[in-house]
Amino acid sequence: MNPEVASLLGPADPEPHYTGEAAPPCPVLVLGMGNILLEDEGLGIHALNMLQRQYELPPEVECLDGGTSGMALLDLISRRRHLLVLDAVQTGDPPGTLVKMDDQDVPVYFGLRITPHQLGLSDVLASLKLNEEQPDQVTVLGLVPVSLEMSLELSADINARLGHLTEAVADELRELGYPLRPRV
Amino acid sequence: MATRITVDPVTRIEGHLRIDCEVQDGKVTNAWSSGQMWRGIELILQGRDPRDAWVFTQRICGVCTTVHAVASVRAVENALKLEIPLNAQYIRNMIIAAHCLHDHIVHFYQLSALDWVDVVSALKADPVETAKLASTLSSWPHNTVQDMKTVQARLKKLVESGQLGIFTNGYWGHPAMKLSPEVNLLATAHYLQALEYQRIANQIVAILGSKTPHIQNLAVGGVSNPINLDSQSTLTIERLYYIKTLMDKLGDFIRNVYLVDVAAIGGFYADWTQYGSGVTNYLSVPEMPMDTAGTQFELPGGYITDGDLASFKPITSFQDSYFEDGVAESSKHAWYENGDGALHPYDGETVPQYTDFQDDGKYSWVKAPTFYDQRAQVGPLANVLCMVAAGHEPTKRYLDTVMNTASALAGSQIPLSALHSTIGRHAARAVRCGVIYESLQNQWQALMDNIGSGDYDTYNRPTFPKGEIRGFGIHEAPRGTLSHWVIIRDGKIANYQCVVPSTWNSGPRDESDELGPYEASLVGNPIADPEQPLEVLRTVHSFDPCMACAIHMVDKTQREIIRVKAL
Repeated sequence: MNPEVASLLGPADPEPHYTGEAAPPCPVLVLGMGNILLEDEGLGIHALNMLQRQYELPPEVECLDGGTSGMALLDLISRRRHLLVLDAVQTGDPPGTLVKMDDQDVPVYFGLRITPHQLGLSDVLASLKLNEEQPDQVTVLGLVPVSLEMSLELSADINARLGHLTEAVADELRELGYPLRPRV
Repeated sequence: MATRITVDPVTRIEGHLRIDCEVQDGKVTNAWSSGQMWRGIELILQGRDPRDAWVFTQRICGVCTTVHAVASVRAVENALKLEIPLNAQYIRNMIIAAHCLHDHIVHFYQLSALDWVDVVSALKADPVETAKLASTLSSWPHNTVQDMKTVQARLKKLVESGQLGIFTNGYWGHPAMKLSPEVNLLATAHYLQALEYQRIANQIVAILGSKTPHIQNLAVGGVSNPINLDSQSTLTIERLYYIKTLMDKLGDFIRNVYLVDVAAIGGFYADWTQYGSGVTNYLSVPEMPMDTAGTQFELPGGYITDGDLASFKPITSFQDSYFEDGVAESSKHAWYENGDGALHPYDGETVPQYTDFQDDGKYSWVKAPTFYDQRAQVGPLANVLCMVAAGHEPTKRYLDTVMNTASALAGSQIPLSALHSTIGRHAARAVRCGVIYESLQNQWQALMDNIGSGDYDTYNRPTFPKGEIRGFGIHEAPRGTLSHWVIIRDGKIANYQCVVPSTWNSGPRDESDELGPYEASLVGNPIADPEQPLEVLRTVHSFDPCMACAIHMVDKTQREIIRVKAL
């Protein structure tokens, strides 16, 4: 298969969430968000893929390419301990700036988010809160994008910075107590 | 005195839409619908392997991922004249049905109920009275006094926190909000319960599609789900029975809650059957193919002119030339070059030509599609009317139930013609949800029976000829008729066009300056307060707009801005 297509499809979920309420979800979800058809808009997903290529992740950490979905993610985010969102964010800082936002800043993130989707993650998290099953901790990690044209590839500048974002995610996971093993 | 209202962007929809209305004497007299994002997926696909196209098209939108995947493989199979195994049809049909149930439930509760339901008023409701009222409407077990108290307590906590979150953009206390506190509380309870049930629908998609969002199991030629009754890693009887239990839970919610709530809101807001009809030519395509070639379908589709069911002309197959020949798109009022007028999708072009917003010129990134030069409305209302015209029994049965409940609450018989309206689109969506639920059961049974007969095939390998072939793929998606059009030259994509449901409905004026369905449906709407144009949102939301796939680009605005200007 064309590697570009293979990376879009991602690894098959060996055991999709069909066991119902019985099994609690794995405690950490690393969620890549964005549209990979729009150049740097998809940087969160590119970083997610890079993380999985470079590291063997412990079983407590699950990775998910969320695309630009909203309510379809409800079940996948529900009852996690940590939610790590990787995304392109427009903070007004120079393009390529590494951005990290923790719990109290997270509402701000939704004002900076550049996806065309209105009913997005903020509504999913608010809905989960109403049902009292929101994640204990939400962290957003991202880069300020350079260009959002129609393209499957990142801009050269963001491509060069992607490793920094991936490392920041790896550091965050280590800090949370989940050691990663580099792939050889 | 006339005023002009600009709502930009319209919230609680997917994507970015701007609506302009001229208002005189409390009524909308003219309207413009403007998609604010450019779509260029076609450009990314040129030169690619047609077997991969579906992987890219399902990224057009975060909500309708599945529908663009399905339409794409159907388009390529159509070009190849490739039939697919029965199991593949049934598995695809089940994914289509489950996705649709998810979409219809989310649309009614999460995206549009707040146009009719005042959640803040629900705080004043008496939980005992609410439970009593609920027991007269349905036998749903989660309508107890305790259920209502719990919801009220959660709501109170949310309102007191000052962070209304999902409820931020509501028009609380607006004069057009007419439900009693008790009805508002009941609807709010169901809003929260709907969150639970929509995820069940999504689980079915995940099991069959291997992953959600973005299913993985499609292939040009069938599906990649191996069926092996003895292996844990394939589609097993155990998994299929697990799907059955999920289906049953969903059915209870659809029949006892969603259909009842829509009928109740229709009954209480019966005046809204007078507004929002707009374009009454209705287009839908048949769905749930039951043979390998796509010539027999469980759900009929076709075309109705001027709201007259007797004019129904069926569309009968995936190869139907009446559909294939009838579609064209005009860019006269859209920000693209428009050389020789409206173009058939095979000849479609996507060359941007941006001007400012010009009332009489170009003002939208969405093209204006036509069917034999006429504007057409697509979506559940179009589909339900076509299925009724075709004599489809389950559709007539669900429609009767909804109309009778609504009539009883309104205190007078609501005629079928009331469906050509804002509230009619909601009623039709609920009816279609019931029909699709039954269809999901039928498809499940058909799959079980076919596997039981010893047929495990799921895939026919495609081969691409030298030279040029072309084809189209149709899908009756939750938001209406979707078609993908592909030209393949020497095994590579030479042109690709998507004509999506929201393009049909939200398109600007066409080649002969006729208003599109959103625009036409707004004319005549009442406006109580131009600063709070709730009525505009009611009508636009009733179409279930999904502008993210109609168009594409970025938007960092989150708050709804309403500008009112005296003319």
